[in-house]
Amino acid sequence: MTAHIATPLKAKSPIPDLTSNTGGIISPNPFWLASAPPANSGDQIKRAFDHGWGGAVWKTLGTPIQNVSSRFGGLNYRGTRAIGFNNIELITDRPLEVNFREIADVKKHYPKHAVIVSLMVETEAEWREFIARSIDAGADGLELNFGCPHGMCERGMGSAVGQEPALNERITSWAVKYSTIPVLVKLTPNVDDIVPHGLAAKRGGAHGVSLINTIKSIIGVDLDRMVLEPRVGGLSTNGGYCGAAVKPIALHMLASLAREPEFRIPISGIGGVTNWRDAVEFLVLGASSVQVCTEVMLRGYRIVEDMIEGLSTFMSDKGMTKLDELVGKAVPSYSEWGDLDLNYETVAKIDADKCIGCQLCVVACHDGAHQCIHPQGDTFVPRVDESECVGCNLCQIVCPVPDCISMVKVDNGFAPSTWNEHTIGQGNLRPKKGVH
Amino acid sequence: MSDNHAVSASRPVPASSADATLPPDRAEAVFADFKPAYSKAQAVAEANRCLFCLDAPCITACPTGIDIPQFIRKIATDNLRGSAKTIFDSNILGMSCARVCPVEVLCVGDCVYNRMDQPPIQIGKLQRYATDMAFEQGWEFYEAGEPTGKKVALIGAGPASLACAHRLRRFGHEVVIFEKRHFVGGLNTTGVAPYKMKADRSLDEVEWVLQIGGIEIRHGVEVGKDIALTDLERDFDAVFVGIGLGPDNHLGIPGEDLANVEGAVAFIERFKLENLDLRDFKRGVVVGGGNTALDAVRELLGLGVTDVTMVYRGTEAGMSGYQHEWKAGKLEGVHGAWQTQPTAYVGNGKDNRVTGVACVKLDDKKQPIPGSDHVIPADIVLVAIGQAKLLADLKTLDGIQMDRNRVLIDKGGFTGRPKWYAGGDLANGGKEVVNAVAEGRDAALAIHASITGEQSA
Repeated sequence: MTAHIATPLKAKSPIPDLTSNTGGIISPNPFWLASAPPANSGDQIKRAFDHGWGGAVWKTLGTPIQNVSSRFGGLNYRGTRAIGFNNIELITDRPLEVNFREIADVKKHYPKHAVIVSLMVETEAEWREFIARSIDAGADGLELNFGCPHGMCERGMGSAVGQEPALNERITSWAVKYSTIPVLVKLTPNVDDIVPHGLAAKRGGAHGVSLINTIKSIIGVDLDRMVLEPRVGGLSTNGGYCGAAVKPIALHMLASLAREPEFRIPISGIGGVTNWRDAVEFLVLGASSVQVCTEVMLRGYRIVEDMIEGLSTFMSDKGMTKLDELVGKAVPSYSEWGDLDLNYETVAKIDADKCIGCQLCVVACHDGAHQCIHPQGDTFVPRVDESECVGCNLCQIVCPVPDCISMVKVDNGFAPSTWNEHTIGQGNLRPKKGVH
Repeated sequence: MSDNHAVSASRPVPASSADATLPPDRAEAVFADFKPAYSKAQAVAEANRCLFCLDAPCITACPTGIDIPQFIRKIATDNLRGSAKTIFDSNILGMSCARVCPVEVLCVGDCVYNRMDQPPIQIGKLQRYATDMAFEQGWEFYEAGEPTGKKVALIGAGPASLACAHRLRRFGHEVVIFEKRHFVGGLNTTGVAPYKMKADRSLDEVEWVLQIGGIEIRHGVEVGKDIALTDLERDFDAVFVGIGLGPDNHLGIPGEDLANVEGAVAFIERFKLENLDLRDFKRGVVVGGGNTALDAVRELLGLGVTDVTMVYRGTEAGMSGYQHEWKAGKLEGVHGAWQTQPTAYVGNGKDNRVTGVACVKLDDKKQPIPGSDHVIPADIVLVAIGQAKLLADLKTLDGIQMDRNRVLIDKGGFTGRPKWYAGGDLANGGKEVVNAVAEGRDAALAIHASITGEQSA
């Protein structure tokens, strides 16, 4: 007879604390539902919290409206449905007393989760009344909807406020005056530069901002009827664009404020977050929490399980124990073009063992870049003319095989030098490539 | 041989299965994977096809109820640790089930893509990708619970007992597995077709399961012989019986004592654990129409027996084995002799070796057709007509419910006699590994509830 007892478990690294603090609004993790259809009612938000969401921004309250049918449109790309999404839905269409009663009920059952009430009204008296009722209901914070780019802005609200810094500042200051809980200002991306609008909110006394709201858009046209989508009878209108495709725009606006020395108040990031990886990108570019709508509309509250696990694992792997260690980590890398090192040189290398011979890099380089990747007669593996390669990345982006094309740093012997140095007669620039 | 697990191959020899050293030149080593492992690019591409259905039919089709869409989404987002945990939370033997499950008639067969005539998601291959990664990276997900002072005995170290033991350890109960053989893992080690999984991978998985700590395995102890069943009942708070099925059944026809006439399960175990010389075998016959027979024909072919015939008394369409397995065998070149009944094994008279199988054809009423006698030449005959039932010992315990073929259990594996639970082939009559895992796990939940008075999650 032989006996065996397996060895005990190895010590595990501590589980990171995902607690998030956005301008005084505390949530058990940084994942919030954005103010939108998934946060339309108490029943929905309770189910979302049961799935693991840390907070929810209630669908915007104001004078209840009447919505149209239909309301949503999707942008499909090469067989993938809804990489972008737009809507022409307005704020809540439910009675206010029902909303406030449900807010109180949610807070009663989920005291540790963050419930933020989104508001959009017109007069100072209305702001005062809605804020008081939100606080009475037990809200943890307010979000002033200065972002909605369709419908409400025609009535002088939403993005009509967000696009006008003076108005933004004035209404924010009303809200802050009447509020005993943190106030976030939700900014519209439908502006040329986000920074003045963030600063206006700060001057108004906001405890933080959230961005981005949706982008003014027309999602497509029904070509048989010659009517825009989403179609309301024989007409339609411009809507708000969101979903995975808007992430780059959101990241830029987020980072622009995060690196602005005059700004320095917390940000709740929104725009194209579909999974934990997207969320980490928002966090490292300065968001303290992230808000999600479209991916929940497409796949449900259950996506948050992967977001929590993925974030937690990522932080463990990096040896981080608190969310603060992650927030803003990549902001310092956001520089001006004029400060980039013009002597930093890369060239494309093709891994011949991985190449499948599709020649997509050849056509991309020939037609879309600098004509330095060439087909070869004796093998289907293309050749990179490194003396001409400008290191633009296009071939790597188009290559369908992971890790087949890599961009490799070339040691050209030139010390780092920037355009800004060059314009004042300093530095020594390497010879240009790809200018034949 | 195609072993895709270079990383695991370099792992140190497991200390626990001290007796379970496998010879490297086992006959099974010649087999390549019928379903090769995914690369990362393949896995991510396939994972991104998954629709993430709600209450997905694939989950319902899985006996262990793995949240399949969730684990697949986590492959797509590169949250592989989370993906593997989602699998193991429901099925601690997810690594072997990924390989041996008949997914064609379970999860993959029920994928909604089938309803729109699109290729279904390759769930088994994705599960293999995630679970192999967990094993190779040495990720650990579970810790033993705080000691409860309760002790559970498990008889047999196959999939049902392993799943049961692991879950019991998570609750903090002491567990002792009694295994009469030197090898652990049961049929996962000794019986799985090697083009699905080889014995070393099964032992790897056992090792991985034992990581939770505190699972004691007493090898070489035969309960009923070395230890009385009543002693276990006296010394433990509960007993789980997962002893599977017994030796191969035989037809009881003349010539069964000839050399190279063997039960299929016994033969499969030999070539999986040993190096066999099959050079003299050119013609093989497998008797039976079930899944063991289907494995055996493809295995003989793979081992170099060039002319292999499956002899079955029913029709091709009526066999109990999976049609997808038969189609694969047919493509590989196996012959079928349908409505054919062996009547005797024929020997050469000199050294008593089998040379053929005397058969008669059957009509549609399974009656012999006069004048249809013929001999199918064979150098080796494997008999795959079922296995004996191991019920004799348990019959001595009053209260254990059973019929002629199996122990009768409720949803929590309870047998009807206080303290006694069962699962796996012994209780289900002979199903898949995944059924055994589900039954072992569910028995652990019921045992926990019973011995602590708590309802488990």
